[in-house]
Amino acid sequence: MAAHKCNIFMLAFVLCGLTYVFVRADIEYTNHVKDAESGAVDIAPKTNIGASLQSTKTEDQTQTAEEERQWEAETNPADAPSDNKADHVHDTMQNLDSRPAPYAKDQTQEAAEEERQWEATEVKEADHGPDTMQTPDVPPPTPAKDQFQEELVIRPLHSGDIYASFQFRTMWDTDFLRGSKVSHYRLFPKSLGQVISKFSVRELHISFTQGYWRTMQWGQPFLPSPPGAELWVWFQDTVTDVDGAWKELTNVLSGIFCASLNFIDSTNTVQPSASFKPLGLGNVTDQRFLRYAVLPREIVCTENLTPWKKLLPCGSKAGLAVLMKSEKLFHSSFHSQALHFRPVCQDWKCKSTVWELRQTLNVVFDLHTSGQGKREWSLFKMFSRTLTEACPLASSSKVYVDVTDNPQGELFELSPTTPLLSQAVVLGDRRTYSVYDLTNQATFGQTRSLNMLLRWRAAESGDMLRPLLHGERYVAGYGLQTGEIHTLMYNNHPYRAFPVLLLETVPWYLRLYIHTLTVTSKGRDNKPSYIHYQPSKDRLRPHLLEMLVQLPPNSVTEVTVQFERALLKWTEYTPDPNHGFYVGSSVISALVPSVVAMDTNSTRECPLFSSFFPCKEESSYFMRVYTEPLLVNLPTPDFSMPYNVICLTCTVVAVGYGSLYNLLTRTFQVEEPSPGLAKRLANIIRRLRGVPLL
Amino acid sequence: MGLLSDPNRRRALTKLLTRLNAPICVMCYLAGVAWFMGLAFEPFTLRTYMSENAMGSTMVEERFPAGERALATGREFAAHKKKVGGMPVDWLVKTMQSRGLEVFTQSFTRKLPFPDENKERYMVRGTNVYGILRAPRAPRTEALVLSAPCSEGNNNNQAVGLLLGLAQYFRSQIHWAKDIIFLVNEHDLIGMQAWLEGYHHTNTTGGDWSPLQGRGGSIQAALSLELSSDVITSLDLVLEGLNGQLPNLDLANLFYAFCQKIGVLCTIQGKLQRNDWDTTSGYSHAAQTMMLMVLKQASGRPWGDHGLFLRYHIEAASIRGINSFRQYKTDTTTIGRLLEGMYRKLNNLLERLHQSYFFYLMPSLSRFVSIGYYMPAFGLLAVILLLRALDLWVQLGASPPGTEDGVAGGVQPSSPGVLSILTPVVISHMTGVALYTLPILSQEMAVQHFPVSETEAVVLTAIAIYTAGLALPHNTHRLLQGEGTEEGWRVLKLVALLYLAVLLGCTALINFSLGFILALSLVPIAAFITPHTPKALSAAIMVLLSPGCTLLYCVFLFQELQETPVSLQDGWMLFLSVISQGILDHALYGSLVYPLLALLIYPCWLLLWNILFWK
Repeated sequence: MAAHKCNIFMLAFVLCGLTYVFVRADIEYTNHVKDAESGAVDIAPKTNIGASLQSTKTEDQTQTAEEERQWEAETNPADAPSDNKADHVHDTMQNLDSRPAPYAKDQTQEAAEEERQWEATEVKEADHGPDTMQTPDVPPPTPAKDQFQEELVIRPLHSGDIYASFQFRTMWDTDFLRGSKVSHYRLFPKSLGQVISKFSVRELHISFTQGYWRTMQWGQPFLPSPPGAELWVWFQDTVTDVDGAWKELTNVLSGIFCASLNFIDSTNTVQPSASFKPLGLGNVTDQRFLRYAVLPREIVCTENLTPWKKLLPCGSKAGLAVLMKSEKLFHSSFHSQALHFRPVCQDWKCKSTVWELRQTLNVVFDLHTSGQGKREWSLFKMFSRTLTEACPLASSSKVYVDVTDNPQGELFELSPTTPLLSQAVVLGDRRTYSVYDLTNQATFGQTRSLNMLLRWRAAESGDMLRPLLHGERYVAGYGLQTGEIHTLMYNNHPYRAFPVLLLETVPWYLRLYIHTLTVTSKGRDNKPSYIHYQPSKDRLRPHLLEMLVQLPPNSVTEVTVQFERALLKWTEYTPDPNHGFYVGSSVISALVPSVVAMDTNSTRECPLFSSFFPCKEESSYFMRVYTEPLLVNLPTPDFSMPYNVICLTCTVVAVGYGSLYNLLTRTFQVEEPSPGLAKRLANIIRRLRGVPLL
Repeated sequence: MGLLSDPNRRRALTKLLTRLNAPICVMCYLAGVAWFMGLAFEPFTLRTYMSENAMGSTMVEERFPAGERALATGREFAAHKKKVGGMPVDWLVKTMQSRGLEVFTQSFTRKLPFPDENKERYMVRGTNVYGILRAPRAPRTEALVLSAPCSEGNNNNQAVGLLLGLAQYFRSQIHWAKDIIFLVNEHDLIGMQAWLEGYHHTNTTGGDWSPLQGRGGSIQAALSLELSSDVITSLDLVLEGLNGQLPNLDLANLFYAFCQKIGVLCTIQGKLQRNDWDTTSGYSHAAQTMMLMVLKQASGRPWGDHGLFLRYHIEAASIRGINSFRQYKTDTTTIGRLLEGMYRKLNNLLERLHQSYFFYLMPSLSRFVSIGYYMPAFGLLAVILLLRALDLWVQLGASPPGTEDGVAGGVQPSSPGVLSILTPVVISHMTGVALYTLPILSQEMAVQHFPVSETEAVVLTAIAIYTAGLALPHNTHRLLQGEGTEEGWRVLKLVALLYLAVLLGCTALINFSLGFILALSLVPIAAFITPHTPKALSAAIMVLLSPGCTLLYCVFLFQELQETPVSLQDGWMLFLSVISQGILDHALYGSLVYPLLALLIYPCWLLLWNILFWK
């Protein structure tokens, strides 16, 4: 029984990753589920808890179907019951997270039905568009084998900047695990597919980021990533030599993405016990199959973008990808491109899995440096391109503009206007989006091109809701001997505490004094409920520190640990040792109480029946925050001098010290010169004779 | 070394050394002083050059246009400052925010150990405001700082104006790779100390400050701007920081290079560069500039707001606008362009500034004396101490042969007791400790009993203890050991000589100027003092060359070199305030000159005083 429970927990946690998907693309899901409902009638329901749950729900509601699908996923038969403590800790933390998505759907649906009836229906109608267009390609009874979707979300930020987030999703229906050699690729990139099947990768997450996401100005990103390159991989449990596979994989990826991923070795690879769990289907949570590495020094530029664009089915020839001109993308405050590969359910019954490749690109354009201080944005101004068509291979192609703060158009003016609106709960906040469907020719209008224009009306863009969680990190102290790493975690929630998982990876040349580890919040000691510490080994592996800390409401929690700077061997210094050495971002993973749930304002107009019990379960969402990387100076010899210094000191030691030591320790006496042979003989004779010697 | 191993030659050598000791010492001393004075002679110095490649060859175009607007902002700042009667925090926050910076404030309070009469402050309470320009696509690992103090009265308003103008201009540029922190600090160095300690989360001097909310990673370089007029005639570069630390020479080179490029008159120590090095006046000009640098460095105090950065291994300098009666004026736009150019180049840095020299003296902005050139001057002085010690050692070793001659046989015990040496050493150091601790501890008592202010009380107590030290310790060993012996003072002097040599050597390595000035005054008395010299004359010379009197001469010399000579009366007042400043610098910023003098140099001098009165 205990094992079974444990499995449930484990699977619950798997779902936490799925929340992103559900939250972001709920409408698409709705459509697919509808497809599935209409088409896949022959699939027999499984006899498990999911089925029993299913019976409790009304079958005709699409959103509950969605939820059931999740439940089924959760109750898939699990192998290898894991009683790993870390898993348990993580799961207890995350089990709250298992069902926010359906809740979000409920909310969305409800709100849409209550307030924006007409819009909601229109959304539904509009969304049928792509489905019907799709039908010639893919006959309804069997869902599309490979699928491609693209979308762009534009969010005007309160600072006046603008955030553009591209997501491309390629579904790959194949079964490379069963030993069958895949040789035919439709939409999925072959270069990646071969690598994945060769190394038996179950999940792969790679991100290249230039810049630091400014949480306090920009709010939360859709997909967080640390500065530099980040790579984490879950291997299949059939892999025997995980380290070998990891090493080869990093080298191959390094080639594919033109990045220095080959610098990943054992000194910067860790196996987090709780912070990075699989985001896709599957039930292996044994950290032996996980590898995580960050390269904070990696600089991202066009040579990384080009191979990334080549993975798209349409390349940068058509669809949203035409906007990706590198001279514009890199003329921004923040640039992040990522690639996520994971197994997901094929349909709502989750009878079989397909592989999902999700490519994302996030850019923030700066208002001030964009010139002239004119507060207006257009697609052309951002990307120096406009949209003319969707990618012909895409089953859906949409542009979303976040208009939540702008219901009456008082903050900014958006043109051309679109009748389509969509609501979604994103990162715990209920957002409204204007939707432009690129598969619909009407979207492009007379000019045959779509160039959205967003003109700020108000000079002040209003107050942003403070992000509930953010982190900060710095090195304290001076001098080159010791120092202290401070990690600050802010909980800005007015009344709710929540737990966070902190992961710190510190290279071996900063020798952590783990006995000096302190965790304080509000001036008092805050005892972590779980600590996983793996000490470093010189030149072999880094420090790994993971802990589960409860953040009190409205507080700052400070984690400090002292370190000593090691003196490296002279060949171990980088070519620019005086630049300093990087320490990767620490990762804060948390279940943050949702802003929707935080809404205590009961005067707001909403149905009475919906707002009596504070619903604890659905009020949290999963969030990951990366702190800034650190630049630490190590004691560095003056490399231009060693020859001189060695010569000088050797001379001084050899000549000066040797002689001085001689002089100080010896006593000198005048010695009589030894007598000659004749004299000695004479002396012997004299002694014999008893005469005084000469 | 074979020379020394051969006993005959060795004996000859030692004989030579003992016989010629005094002339050699005199020669060394003169040579040391001459060498030092020669450092200012242009053919003996090196021309400065940019060592850092990242700053050297790259081209930068300066386009800062908004000098007039910066001045208007400065006037607005002045109006708000007057209205609030201090730092206009709210206005600054709002202004910086509107320029697109991330703005944070830090409040601090500081209670001085005794009232500072120069700046009229005791309980200090203030706020620092700083805005961070986040570099696009940079991960917050590196930062540069531009600071301007919010001063009393009408000073430095233009500096703040220009800082805000530059912030606005920099914000609209895309090429920043390091975050730039614009800091307006209140109460000059106290505010800066609070900010730096907050930034690095250290607390070396017990200040009380609120933690910082925003940071930009490790700071690579900093400039502090002081500007009090709309137009200037020249810009002065201030380098000397806490404990005589200097920034990397490349920072000075960078400043000089841009002054040349843009055509701004630039000075160091307030002195222009001259080209007539081969004339007497040209040489004396260079010598004056260098002497000023030596005196400033020896004082160990930060001579501008940049001075405190150096402790954190951040290269920093102050740039001070000077408006004199010269015809040629430079407007704010030009200064803005100069700063823009400097920041653009600093922004190009790939590593911390480390290529060029950290130890140097500057006889002019385009010339420098590196450590390899100036150290021999000190070496020549220090070698006197070692020669005298060698001489004494030989004499001590040679006295047993003296007894063999049968002149004083039997009277002489083998060596003087440890106690007779240890007692004066301990007593001198106790006096030193008293000099270090008592002035601040006893200020209240002094104020109650004497009609003086607290500051005067501290300074006068220090002087009183210093003077009392002269009377106190000598001849105490007689209580323990009876009559002092001839051997006794020799051993004591040997100890004192070696002690002084080590002390001065270490000081000169860290702060050459301080070590050299102390050596100049202490080496002669250390070399030639014996109990047999005429008491009154020797005592007078010793007092005149004591560390306290040296300080007095330095004050007069400094005023003379700055071309603001003072009368004896004013000089004395200045001397008193210098002492109080020294104590304050130690308490507030951790300057080490006062403890060094009180705890080590002064006791050492007392040992020599003890030898003079040896009986």
